[in-house]
Amino acid sequence: MKFHWFHLMPYRFLPDDFKQKYHSVWVDIPRSLYDPKVGHRLYNEYLDELEFADRMGFDGICVNEHHQNAYGLMPSPNIMAGALARRTQNANLVVLGNSIALYNPPIRVAEEFAMLDVLSGGRLVAGFPVGTSMDTTFCYGEVPATLREKYLEAHDLIIRAWTEPDCFCFNGKYTKLRYVNLWPRPLQQPHPPVWIPGGGSVETWDFCADHDYQYSFLSYFGYKQAKKVADGYWEVMARKGKELNPYSLGFAQVVAVAETDQQAERDYAPHMDYFYNRCLHVHVGFVDAPGYRSANSIRAGLTGQITKSGSWKREGLTWRDFIEHGYIVAGSPRTVLEGLRDAIQSLRCGHLMMLFQIGSMPPELARKSTELFAREVMPHLRGLWPDHQDRWSPKRLPPEQAALPAAFDSQPRHADNSATSRSARRPADEVAQ
Amino acid sequence: MKTLRQLSSARHQVEVHEFGRGEPLLFLHGAGGLTGLDAFLELLGRGFKVIAPHLPGYGESTGGELIEDVFDAVLFYHQLMDDLGIACVPVVGHSMGGMLAAELAASDIHRVQRLVLVSPAGFWLDRNPIPDFFAAEFKDLPALLFHDPNSDVAKFMMTAPDDPQALTAMYVERSKRLAMASKFLWPIPDRGLKKRAYRIAAPTLLLWGKSDRLIPPIYAGEFQRHIRDCRFELIEGAGHMVMYEKPEEFCRCVLDFLRQ
Repeated sequence: MKFHWFHLMPYRFLPDDFKQKYHSVWVDIPRSLYDPKVGHRLYNEYLDELEFADRMGFDGICVNEHHQNAYGLMPSPNIMAGALARRTQNANLVVLGNSIALYNPPIRVAEEFAMLDVLSGGRLVAGFPVGTSMDTTFCYGEVPATLREKYLEAHDLIIRAWTEPDCFCFNGKYTKLRYVNLWPRPLQQPHPPVWIPGGGSVETWDFCADHDYQYSFLSYFGYKQAKKVADGYWEVMARKGKELNPYSLGFAQVVAVAETDQQAERDYAPHMDYFYNRCLHVHVGFVDAPGYRSANSIRAGLTGQITKSGSWKREGLTWRDFIEHGYIVAGSPRTVLEGLRDAIQSLRCGHLMMLFQIGSMPPELARKSTELFAREVMPHLRGLWPDHQDRWSPKRLPPEQAALPAAFDSQPRHADNSATSRSARRPADEVAQ
Repeated sequence: MKTLRQLSSARHQVEVHEFGRGEPLLFLHGAGGLTGLDAFLELLGRGFKVIAPHLPGYGESTGGELIEDVFDAVLFYHQLMDDLGIACVPVVGHSMGGMLAAELAASDIHRVQRLVLVSPAGFWLDRNPIPDFFAAEFKDLPALLFHDPNSDVAKFMMTAPDDPQALTAMYVERSKRLAMASKFLWPIPDRGLKKRAYRIAAPTLLLWGKSDRLIPPIYAGEFQRHIRDCRFELIEGAGHMVMYEKPEEFCRCVLDFLRQ
């Protein structure tokens, strides 16, 4: 069983009356609500958290792409992955991912992913989401009717750019290139593992099955709501005669661990409320641009990251409701262990991406939750799926071939920095803590 | 009367609504498409044989995937006219249909005899941006589309069915139609008509509901600037759905213009 630490990088300081006063957290949220000085602190805080997850033994650290969004401050996750490549050594860099229809030409993604793969010594997971309706059609102006076709063409171009031995011509409908000749090429051969983050479009399951890609269902509504999607996915895999390997399915789950169940509620309840009621306050008119979902997906009525049903489902929900509906798995290490075992087994997923930093959660709480999970929960779940081989994780360089960053200067940069300040902290100190 | 017609190119089946007798008149619908209860078409049928085809992707017209841009849509209408044996015809287009009618008239000046553009799309003014119709919630559409969002006609056209199956069917059809419309209108309803409108030779009537809040009447100025023979009329007490809100007045204006 593999565990990944997933950061959305939310803005932690939306006003209390955000939901009442503002139209949407995404697409047309006023820019004045973002303070770049606060943003500076947050980016560094969040990278610290991802680096901490690396040292705590998570298999992967995940970043993703959103645009004009106050709960996802990474228009370019590749920049974050680049920063993490140098400051982490163990965890895989799971970029979930780049919305490849948005890049012109899409070989930009092939190039940047190849750079990340080479820089990190083969630790990259390449995620290719279609992207949400908010990100692709409203923020980036893609015509919804042709988005999926453009995505598929971009995918074909990127895979060919990674795998063809020689320079080639590409005469696509959306991209025409006389010389495709990728420099650098990826370190992992034939290319980094491809994971497809999805929100429940039925076509994506066929796409994953046909290409042997891992499917990552990204929802904020927990494993109980996800059962229908997981069942649909496994049904497609079975119908196509594919191996029912749990490692071909990833799932995102909000997780919060404290000393006891009561302590978990005291610590995390306000941040859950912030996440579900402020961060996910999305104008419903942005959720499903006409043509973004196929008729089949509409009829299947599957709920993705943000859905119309999702937005009413959480009106007035309390901590207890969040837990009972399975939106969050939270409580003492024992409670979380039982909840996640149930989630993993009922969905049959081999990769769990967990959101530990939720909404407005400050770094000390995110760290506590992460550490308790890593020490007291993760070891007990490691042994799940012993009979299956994970064919979807990166194949990195052996340690003796891996280059390491030069040692950090051990002197604080400024004389006035205290020993506990950010610039004086060393990764080694944290491991020793 | 509704008929299904196979185009000779075999690329499309076309759902055509026909009313009245006499010389043909082509009506091009807006982004929402025909409702099946389009009284104004019957009224226009008092003077003409009204031919109102559904664009591929709408209703029972097929082959929407073959139409990806304005040029494809214009060729589709040319093909339809060829098949119907129509050399030159008056064309009335509403909203998105007005944009396509103008493009049709610009693409071949011998094909469109007179042109009526009803609250047409096709231009963009930075100072008067057209509201994002695609992002509007269903419940907020009446206020954009109708002079009086609480009028009977607004309620009749904008009430969603209660039955969940009917609701899903409506959602699927609406999504299919607007997905097609998005090829001409998303994210900004300007596909370069301003470069081509100078070609339009047909005498043109611009007809607008005075309280159109989707494409405000100020847009008439852009069309007048680009089209040689162009007059402009406003209908009071009507919004973007002028022909549904004021069918009698609408038809009187159109027929008066076409008979001149």
